Order: sequence, then C-alpha cells, then structure tokens
Amino acid sequence: MSARLLPVLAVLSGLLALWYGAVGPMNIRQALDLAERKGVAVQPEGALARQEVSAFVLMARNPGEVARGYALERPRLPTPGQVAGELWATTGEMALRGRGFSKRSLIYHGWITLQSTLAGFALGTALGVLGAVMIVYSRTMEMSLMPWAIISQTVPIVALAPMIIVLSGQAGIEGRGLPKAIISAYLCYFPVLVGMVKGLRAPTREQLDLLRTYNAGGVAGFLKLRLPASMPYLFTSLKVGIAAALVGTIVGELPTGAISGLGARILIGDQFGNPMAIWAALFAAAILAGVLVTLLGGVQGMVLKRMGMAV
Amino acid sequence: MSVFGLALLFWLAAWAVNAALARSRWRDASGVRVVVPVLFGAAILGLWEGAVRGFGVSPVILPAPSSVAARFAGETGLLWEDFLQTVLKGALSGYAIGCGAAFLVAVLIDRSRFLTRGLLPVGNFVAALPIVGIAPILVSWFGFDWQSKAAVVVVMVFFPVLVNTVQGLAEASAMQKDLMRTYAASYLQTLLKLRLPAAMPFVFNGLKIATTLALIGAIVAEYFGSPTRGMGFRISTGVGRLDIELVWAEIAVAALTGSAVFGLVSLVERWVTFWHPSQRS
Repeated sequence: MSARLLPVLAVLSGLLALWYGAVGPMNIRQALDLAERKGVAVQPEGALARQEVSAFVLMARNPGEVARGYALERPRLPTPGQVAGELWATTGEMALRGRGFSKRSLIYHGWITLQSTLAGFALGTALGVLGAVMIVYSRTMEMSLMPWAIISQTVPIVALAPMIIVLSGQAGIEGRGLPKAIISAYLCYFPVLVGMVKGLRAPTREQLDLLRTYNAGGVAGFLKLRLPASMPYLFTSLKVGIAAALVGTIVGELPTGAISGLGARILIGDQFGNPMAIWAALFAAAILAGVLVTLLGGVQGMVLKRMGMAV
Repeated sequence: MSVFGLALLFWLAAWAVNAALARSRWRDASGVRVVVPVLFGAAILGLWEGAVRGFGVSPVILPAPSSVAARFAGETGLLWEDFLQTVLKGALSGYAIGCGAAFLVAVLIDRSRFLTRGLLPVGNFVAALPIVGIAPILVSWFGFDWQSKAAVVVVMVFFPVLVNTVQGLAEASAMQKDLMRTYAASYLQTLLKLRLPAAMPFVFNGLKIATTLALIGAIVAEYFGSPTRGMGFRISTGVGRLDIELVWAEIAVAALTGSAVFGLVSLVERWVTFWHPSQRS
C-alpha cells in the first residue's frame, strides 16, 4: 500500500507547490493596484505603467507586496488554502450551523448535480446494456448501430446541450433535471455499450457448446452464461460511465443559465466576478467524482467476490 | 399524417434491406459494411423529416433536416467564419500544444519509476474530472479571443494523452528490452526503435479521446465570452433568438468536424500501427 501511496503523495505535493508558487506572479498586479490605492509606494507607479513590466520583475522590485497577493479577496488565482477555506465555509461550516441545505451551500448544489448525474447514469447504463444485447444477438443491429454509436461520441455534445434544454422546455417538461440527465446519459451510454458488447462475447466457444449440450435455450444461455461472464467488463465501464455522466451534467448546467447545481455555481461565480465560488465548485465536483468512482469500485469488489471472480 | 406513414414505410424497407444484407453472403464485403450504416442513418433522417412534416411540428421546436440543409447551403460564408474561429484557431492550436506537451512530459517522466507510479493514478483521476468547468477562469485570464479557447483545450487534452502515453511506454516486454540490450542499444535507440513504436496504439487511443474533448472545450469556452463569431457563440445566440435552423446547421458542422477529425486520426493510426493485431483483421 505505502509503495503506491508515497509516489502519489509526492506528485500531489509537487502539484500543490507548483500551484502555490504560481499564485505570486499571477496576483502581483492586483496586489500592487490594491497597495497603491491604500497609499503604499510601489514601483513603477500607475497600473498602466505596470502593464509594460513582466510579473516577475514586479515581484523583484516590490518584494514587500508579494505577500498581499496571497490574501486577496477576489484573486485571479486563489491559494490552495483559500480554496479549501471557501469549500469548508460553504459545506461543513454551514452543515454544522444546521443550514446544510440552504441555497448558498455547495451540499445543496452538489445534491442537485448528483440527482441528474444518477438519473443520467441509470438511463445511459440501461441504454448501453440494451444496445449491447441487441448488437450481440442481431447482426443487422451490429452492422447498422455500431458505426453510429462511434460517430455519436465524436459529436461535441455541448453543441446540442442548449438545444436539448430548449426542446424539452417547448415539449412542456418542467424543470431542468431531465434535459441534464439526457445529456449525461448521452456521454455515459457509450463506454457501457462497448464494455458490455465485449463482456457478453467473453464466453468461449466451448462454454457456449457446453450449454447447448445441456439443451439450454437462448434466455438461459443469456442469464446463466453471458450475463455473469460480462460482470467484470460491466463494472469497469460503469466506473468510466459515472465519471462521464458527471461531466455531462456539469456541461448541461454550464451553458444554459441554470440556477442550481455545481455547474450553475461556476456560471454564477463567473457572472458575479467571484473566482472563489468557481474554484470551490470545481473542487466539489472533483470530490463528488472521486466519491462516486470509489463507491462503484467498492460495489465491484463485493459483487465480483460473491461471484468468485475477484482477482 | 400520410407523409409520416410514407417515412415509416421507407424506414421499414431500409431495415428489411439491411437485414437481408446482414444475412447475405456478401456481409463481410467492405461495400456492404458502409452501405448498411448509411442506409440506417438515411432511414432515421427520413423518419425525422416525415415526423416533422406529417405532424406539422413548428420549426422553432424541431426543423426538418431538409430545411436545415437549405440553411446550411445558404450560410456557408458565416459557417466557414465560425469554423475558422472555433476549430482551426481555438481547438486545433490547443490540441497541438496540449498533445505535444503531454507527449513530451510522458517521455520525460518515464525515466523515473517513482514519478510514473505517482502520476498514473493522479492523471487517471484528473482525466475523469469535469475539467470543462475551468473554462470561465481561463477566459478571464486569457481574454475573449481564441487564445483562451486554446488554453481550455490544452488543459482538457493534456491528462488523457499523458496517461495513455505513460501506459504505452510501459508496453514493451522485458524480453524485447533485453534483446535491445544485447544489441548494445542506448536509451535513445531503445526509445525510438522499440518503446515509442510499441506505445503508439496507446498514444493514438489518447489522441482519439482528445479530438472530441478539444471540440467540446473550444465550444464551451465560447459560451463564457467570445468575439462575435465562433460556433459556440452562434449556438448560444441562435438559441436566444430562436434561430433554431442556424443552430442545427452549426451542430451539423460540429458533428461533421468531429467525425472527420476522428476519422483522420484513425487513418494515421492505421498507417503508423499497421503491425498491431487490431489493424490486421
């Protein structure tokens, strides 16, 4: 365990150090503007004159003001600590005060995003498994459907996202849950389809022949051989699929003027010039993705162990 | 109503032809492999056209494919301008920079086993994250023009290509590396003659994933601010003005571009990795 943990920790702390180091040059102009407004003498004077000078020169000529860039209220690039503070302030702290589901808390917005993600994941998985069964059992389906499934993933779904929202609005569907779920299902079905086609074809010729000697019909062959054999493939694709579903939901929230959900927090943070809200929502989305994939990994371990397929 | 019935009939006929072709003895001929999906797609388009005309669906909700095609033909100048801005300037430059940087970093990191072991799980995790969300931040850093779109694309394609390249570089077996050592091959020779060629199927897998991501990144970034041209800009303003036919024409451009670039990368892949079992069937 530690043999794998140590390198990961080293890489993570390296990235963190890189981020922390970048805050200085990214924020120095803002920090100097602020210092000048407070009457501190800075070199060179005037924001326009500073435009001509590179960030590193500014840092070298105003070493006393660099620290100010690490404590700005609306920084271009917040420090890791600031992001963690904002994340805690909008989740744990609000929950401790019993306002975990207020509209200002990321728990509420994460919940909205999670609902659409799970709905899209369920829809996408169902479509993917259904498509895979049809492709495995019908040669016509395989020849007509498979190329289009591949083409569908080369179409940038974001181009369609505003259309899907408008269409479902015109069709009289209330709320934004369903259109977002459709977008995430669109991204999620493909890995499941490909994985299940592989999985359902995993049984060997001998195994299929053995079933025939038992006089097993098509349904029994599917339930007792093909479906169990496909489980490892299914779970591997489900882990890819749920991450894709989360991406789909956030993409569905971004360009469409949604007001709740993690993607909407990013949008609102952008419109109100509040970068901290964007960063906090981004990290909340990352944590959500990590939790979902880890949970599925746990289910995978349990199911495969019960089926005697654990590696 | 009768128009829709006609479309339904066309769909059934197309399906029957496809089923017959799939069962015939020419089913593995390359011509048939193209005709069947094309017929399937045409049948779907026919069904769409028939449904829109037969049920009198308002063009504000869903325009017929034929009217979208007419709009497409009438607006080629505008569509080309948007294509130039979004695909050639934003997506393509970002794709080249992002994939190139990821490839170089992967080759450098590969020299250290410690870094490789640490970076693979982190990179795999980051590659699964909704990185598109970073678009508003990068637009505020790099301004409204194509540079910010390229930056979003760079961040989005970097990790999938990095992870795939690192995995590919581990692909050469111990036996093959031993053989290179008996030839007294240097690190660089082993890299160029054995490990990079062996990594190519993985690299191309990453490059293929990155093509779609690049288009998604370039289009989403335009939703957060762009000059008055570009596919994302046209789509978001088109939806606002209920100019739905133009939006579908832009979607068609995006779809054609995505498929064409994917096809191009696959073609190069076939040419580079002709020796791989998946390319020899």
